[in-house]
Amino acid sequence: MSLDYDTLVVLVACVAAMACALPGVFLVVRGMGLMGDAISHAVLPGIAVGFLISGTRDSVWMFAGAAIAGILVAMLTQVLHRIANVDRGAAMGTAFTVFFALGLVLMVQLADTVNIDPHTVLYGALELTPLDTVAIFGMHLPRAMGPICVVLACSIVTIAVLWKELRIACFDPALAQTLGMRPELMHQIVMVLTAATCVACFEAVGSVMTVTFIVAPAATALLLSRSLSVVVGIALVLGVITAIAGHWAALHVPELFLGEGFDTSSSGAMAFVSGVVFVMALLCAPRRGVIARRLALRRLVFDVAIEDALGLIYRLEESNVEQTANQIPQLLARDVRVGPRRVQRVLSTLTRRGLAVVEHGVWSLTHEGHAAAAGLVRAHRLWETYLAATVDVPASHLHTAAERLEHVTTEALAKKLADATGDAAIDPHGRAIPPESE
Amino acid sequence: MGERGLLDVLLLQDYNTALVVLGTTTLGVAAGVCGTLLLLRKRSLLGDVVSHATLPGVVAAFLVMQACGGTGKSLPGLLLGATVTGLLAAWLVPVLRRASGLKDDAIMGVVLGSSFGLGIALLGIALNLPSGNQAGLEGFIFGKTASMVRVDALIIGLGAAVVIAMTLALAKDFRLLCFDEQFAASIGRPVALLDAVLMMLAVAVIVIGLQAVGLILMIALLIIPAAAARFWTDGFIATMCWAGGIGAVSGWMGSTISAMHADLPAGAVIVLVTGCCFALSMACGRRHGLTQRWWRGMALRRRVERQHLLRAMLECGSPGTHVALNQLHANRRWRASALQRELRRAVRSGELDVHPEGWVLTPLGEVGARRVVRNHRLWELFLIHHADIAPSHVDRDADLIEHVLDAELVAELEALLDPGEALPSSPHPLERRAP
Repeated sequence: MSLDYDTLVVLVACVAAMACALPGVFLVVRGMGLMGDAISHAVLPGIAVGFLISGTRDSVWMFAGAAIAGILVAMLTQVLHRIANVDRGAAMGTAFTVFFALGLVLMVQLADTVNIDPHTVLYGALELTPLDTVAIFGMHLPRAMGPICVVLACSIVTIAVLWKELRIACFDPALAQTLGMRPELMHQIVMVLTAATCVACFEAVGSVMTVTFIVAPAATALLLSRSLSVVVGIALVLGVITAIAGHWAALHVPELFLGEGFDTSSSGAMAFVSGVVFVMALLCAPRRGVIARRLALRRLVFDVAIEDALGLIYRLEESNVEQTANQIPQLLARDVRVGPRRVQRVLSTLTRRGLAVVEHGVWSLTHEGHAAAAGLVRAHRLWETYLAATVDVPASHLHTAAERLEHVTTEALAKKLADATGDAAIDPHGRAIPPESE
Repeated sequence: MGERGLLDVLLLQDYNTALVVLGTTTLGVAAGVCGTLLLLRKRSLLGDVVSHATLPGVVAAFLVMQACGGTGKSLPGLLLGATVTGLLAAWLVPVLRRASGLKDDAIMGVVLGSSFGLGIALLGIALNLPSGNQAGLEGFIFGKTASMVRVDALIIGLGAAVVIAMTLALAKDFRLLCFDEQFAASIGRPVALLDAVLMMLAVAVIVIGLQAVGLILMIALLIIPAAAARFWTDGFIATMCWAGGIGAVSGWMGSTISAMHADLPAGAVIVLVTGCCFALSMACGRRHGLTQRWWRGMALRRRVERQHLLRAMLECGSPGTHVALNQLHANRRWRASALQRELRRAVRSGELDVHPEGWVLTPLGEVGARRVVRNHRLWELFLIHHADIAPSHVDRDADLIEHVLDAELVAELEALLDPGEALPSSPHPLERRAP
């Protein structure tokens, strides 16, 4: 049985994405996502030295050299940061650029003898992987999948075995230390997994896509969930989705602009798609997405406006001043600073909820509306009394503070305020505090 | 460029080489100066994001220029595209961070990866076009210093001049921004605007450097000279000068070396030279270099040892009496070899005299010994009377603090405890104490 070309490309990319996502979650939680960037750039000299020693392209030497270079750069970053007091970002930037430059020089020296291109290291040769296959159980699978699968399996086993330790170490290293879980060792394990993943993936998908696959699915998953196990699951799924969507985009999007027969680099498109997925999650995440938060905020603003409208009508009724027609909408627009369109919506909501009724432009509260408004005004005036007595807020500043606090005061809190102020009946401005509703 | 004599290259004999060397040297200065700001603002890696994000700009500019009927090879046009996407990335990182609440590195990784991915995808399209292959777009990734022409050098020179002039003109504000952002805001400095200007300067340096060192390694020229300069000095302007100098030397040496060997890519060699400068600075930097720090630590350890010895001498016998080795060992747990060495050193510096029956404090040594013992006991008294620590537990604390009590603090302790002129007596027995 043999799979077609595109399926094989997507298969390699999917496995690579999953392999990257696993250590990626722990790196991103720890705030070290760019370590993936550093390591995947730094493997270049290791590969070159591997070539120099073995002289062939497919070799254990190359793999080992890359792994050693990756771990070296992680260690060098630590040393520069800890011992030489270099800022962490700068330490990383120094270490990996020097490694990359060294690798570039070595590569150019080797260019005549071995067929390898520095560009391959950057953005991989995903399109070429299906050309070199091995038969496993009668299936012709790309050879490049081998190391990636091995690393993926290692990551899965390590994370499954050390799940508790890794989790505590990356969220709370101090707690891990007191529990005897050796957070430093856990950190090193994540680093080694990252280095192995970068090395296994760079040939197929290149270093830039490796860093994207490490960071982007994990970051996106963290937007969607707060539970580490769910985050890991989402990151794996997102990696697969990104790989499939990226390959599809690489094949079909250029056609839209340039006509039949044009396509582009799959790995580049996958990296870009992962960014798009991140932005989409950022906008549309159910609870913490930008849109959801905007909507919640608007709802809150609307609720506050409704409460303010209730308070306004209550105070006007309390003052026994004859209400003129349309006075309430005007006051609402002026004092509560609700825009003209919102005023109508607020007032119509009041009638719809049965809190107030309107007759010839004059508003009055219903029984329920009166109770709600009394509770609100009670909270307001209790706060004014409390702040004046206990916190020494000057009289001119009481209103503003109470105006904010009244909307977030629960009945229990109002009861405590009443106790603290000795069940005061009159607020500092001399107005009666409405009694507790039954 | 073939093999050339070192002297020819160093003295800029050849016009083309002179252009390259001058260009990279100027670039080094500008990158060092601007990189210092990035480093102090802890934004070093943002430069990496920006430089990766220039790729889609370059390629998109090429595609747009092609679509408009041009050849797409106009360098200013390509660099303009790079500037636009670079600025976009620099703006996007803080925006996404605020919106998502994630840590910096995750956002930077996403922006870096996806913008570079977009660049590569666009590059794939451009290379499929009939004329895309000859445009040299891939040269922006790794740089192509050797093929620099007059207009490249001019762009670098102009850009560098503008960046350096802007930085110096705003040096005072940048210093405030880097060291105390809140204070800068409180005295009415436009912090957000300054930050934006800083990012624009960084983008400018990165864009003019694309041709010379390529977008992957450009970040090295920004970060490494600045990080190396911090080993030499603490001053703000001084750090910039050092960083500019290190950048210049790296640019000059790197392009010179690569001009002499045709098969060495200039960008990478420049970065390697910068790396060597960094290693050298880390080892020998006058202010925070490792040798310097090791030396200072050594000097402190020596002083502590010496003061312990002098105190032990005074505690073992009144001034003028001979103290034998076993008495010293009874006073304190020494390592035998260390004690012997310290005794020899003290004799050499004239603080002790050696006699057949033991050692004796010289007048000079006695002054030092009295001072240390006095500091030690003042601190012990302070702990006993004002910190409520038992007399049996104060010795160890005082042992650590006696070496670093300065005159001012001693005066304060004297005012507090009023011990009089004489040495206060020890509140605990003086036998066999821990080291």
